[in-house]
Amino acid sequence: MINFQKVTKIYQSDGREIAALKDVSFEIQPKEFISIVGRSGAGKTTLFKLLMAEEKPTEGSIVFEGEDVHQNRSHLPHIRRKMGAIFQDYKLLPSKTAYGNISYIMEVMGASDEEIANTVPQVLELVGLKERANNFSEELSGGERQRVAIARALVHRPDVILADEPTGNLDPINTQEIIRLLVKINEMGTTVVLATHNKEIVNNLGKRVITLEKGQVIRDEAEGKFIL
Amino acid sequence: MFILLNRIIKSGWAGFRRNSGLPLAAIFIMVLVISMATSLLLFQKTSQFLTQTIQEKLDMYVYFNDELSSDEIMNIQNELSKVSGIKNVEYVSKNDALARFIAKHKDDASLMESLRELGKNPLLSSMNIRAWEASQYAAISSFLANSQFSNLISKIDYQQKKPVIERLSSFSFGINTAGIAVNIILALAAVFVAFNTVRLAIYNSKEEIETMRLVGASDGFIIGPFLIQGVIVGFAASLATLLAFGIGLFFLSPGLKFLLPGFNIFSYFIGNLLIIFAIQLAVGVGLGVISSWLAIRKYLRA
Ligand SMILES: Nc1ncnc2c1ncn2[C@@H]1O[C@H](COP(=O)(O)OP(=O)(O)O)[C@@H](O)[C@H]1O
Ligand SMILES: [Mg+2]
Repeated sequence: MINFQKVTKIYQSDGREIAALKDVSFEIQPKEFISIVGRSGAGKTTLFKLLMAEEKPTEGSIVFEGEDVHQNRSHLPHIRRKMGAIFQDYKLLPSKTAYGNISYIMEVMGASDEEIANTVPQVLELVGLKERANNFSEELSGGERQRVAIARALVHRPDVILADEPTGNLDPINTQEIIRLLVKINEMGTTVVLATHNKEIVNNLGKRVITLEKGQVIRDEAEGKFIL
Repeated sequence: MFILLNRIIKSGWAGFRRNSGLPLAAIFIMVLVISMATSLLLFQKTSQFLTQTIQEKLDMYVYFNDELSSDEIMNIQNELSKVSGIKNVEYVSKNDALARFIAKHKDDASLMESLRELGKNPLLSSMNIRAWEASQYAAISSFLANSQFSNLISKIDYQQKKPVIERLSSFSFGINTAGIAVNIILALAAVFVAFNTVRLAIYNSKEEIETMRLVGASDGFIIGPFLIQGVIVGFAASLATLLAFGIGLFFLSPGLKFLLPGFNIFSYFIGNLLIIFAIQLAVGVGLGVISSWLAIRKYLRA
């Protein structure tokens, strides 16, 4: 469902060229739970940005569900609605409550008011934030914010969840909680792509692992371990 | 489609209420802009009225040595009709002139007495000429002085009024130009400030806009609420300005009546309330929406 074909990304900064990804190829099947691991600066975030078409590849192509994501800018919102993204810095809309952040996605997609009123509380319940529905993001703890972000990422039933170091700013207990949620989502049938440099998480998962080093794929194993 | 529009409007209103600081600043600045536009309009009206009043009061008299025959009157009127800019020509015979003089001074006993002692009509026959614009009297006067009738003419009562006429017309022109120029400069400065206020407000939402894009919101769905906020700011500012001017003019207008007899700026304002409000709305909402749009466009380019 996701296919990176010989993708290279070179950033230009200050007249210098920084190769964030070099000739990266891999394929992800539906319902997979796949971890992308690598040191800070290995290119994990760049990989997500290319997949979400936030950045353009210097070379190669990225195909999502049979469509090159960089082909047609006006089609981009539709492609992104089939993805659910979770970021290390949460990226919640500060002007909206927890409820508002989650319902926003459904509004964007044109869901009916009734549908929204039914679904959002369910999802809030799933992430254990029923009581915080009316709090703004600045009134929530890091773990709570990330759970709102997860609720937002899955409320519209996307085909894939893209989680870029979702536990990077969280303590071990909250980290466990978030990973448990991601596994649960995956068990319900959604593809999950998780970028992390947390060894423990990866080793406990026992799922497929792609290891990046300096922008290159150095390992791709079906039941991978965190080895650097 | 309707559900989307409804959501855009709601979200715009919510955004407006939530970060009330910047929208309030934007409204305040916008009030200044709209005030400029409104006073430009009122100033224009006032000085137009002033010029018109002055011009209506001006006329010129051509006095003749003798009573003219009706042929001569016809001839002169014919010639004058070839001169452009003349609004009205009226012949005043010696008898008419005397009748008017008596009507005007009938209460002045000593003047009437001396008139009777004189025993004959001392007044001259004349032609009263009104031009459309004060600046044309000079041309009319020199036309008559060089015409075939110049020997019939005793004097042209334009020379006497000339300085007054010229001073008044250059005065009203000067005031008008200076007023408009100052107003336009201030208005431009205010537009600039207003635009930057809106830009700042949207700059504050930069990351939010980025997030909205990442979660798949279409451009229209992102811009919409900001444009709605622009409309709200423009509308609120127009309303505030209208109110401020209404109250201000109500108290100012008795004072202005002295300066401008016959022109009540408050009743002009009330009489044209709808049009003025429409102009204010056009300025306020137009500026609000255009600056929102210009400011946000930058963040939507992929
Ligand atoms: N916008 C950018 N401009 C220039 N260099 C960048 C930019 N974004 C990332 N990089 C560089 O690309 C490399 C990969 O970064 P990133 O994908 O963020 O790594 P990771 O997420 O694995 O920590 C790093 O060397 C980083 O400095
Ligand atoms: Mg990163």
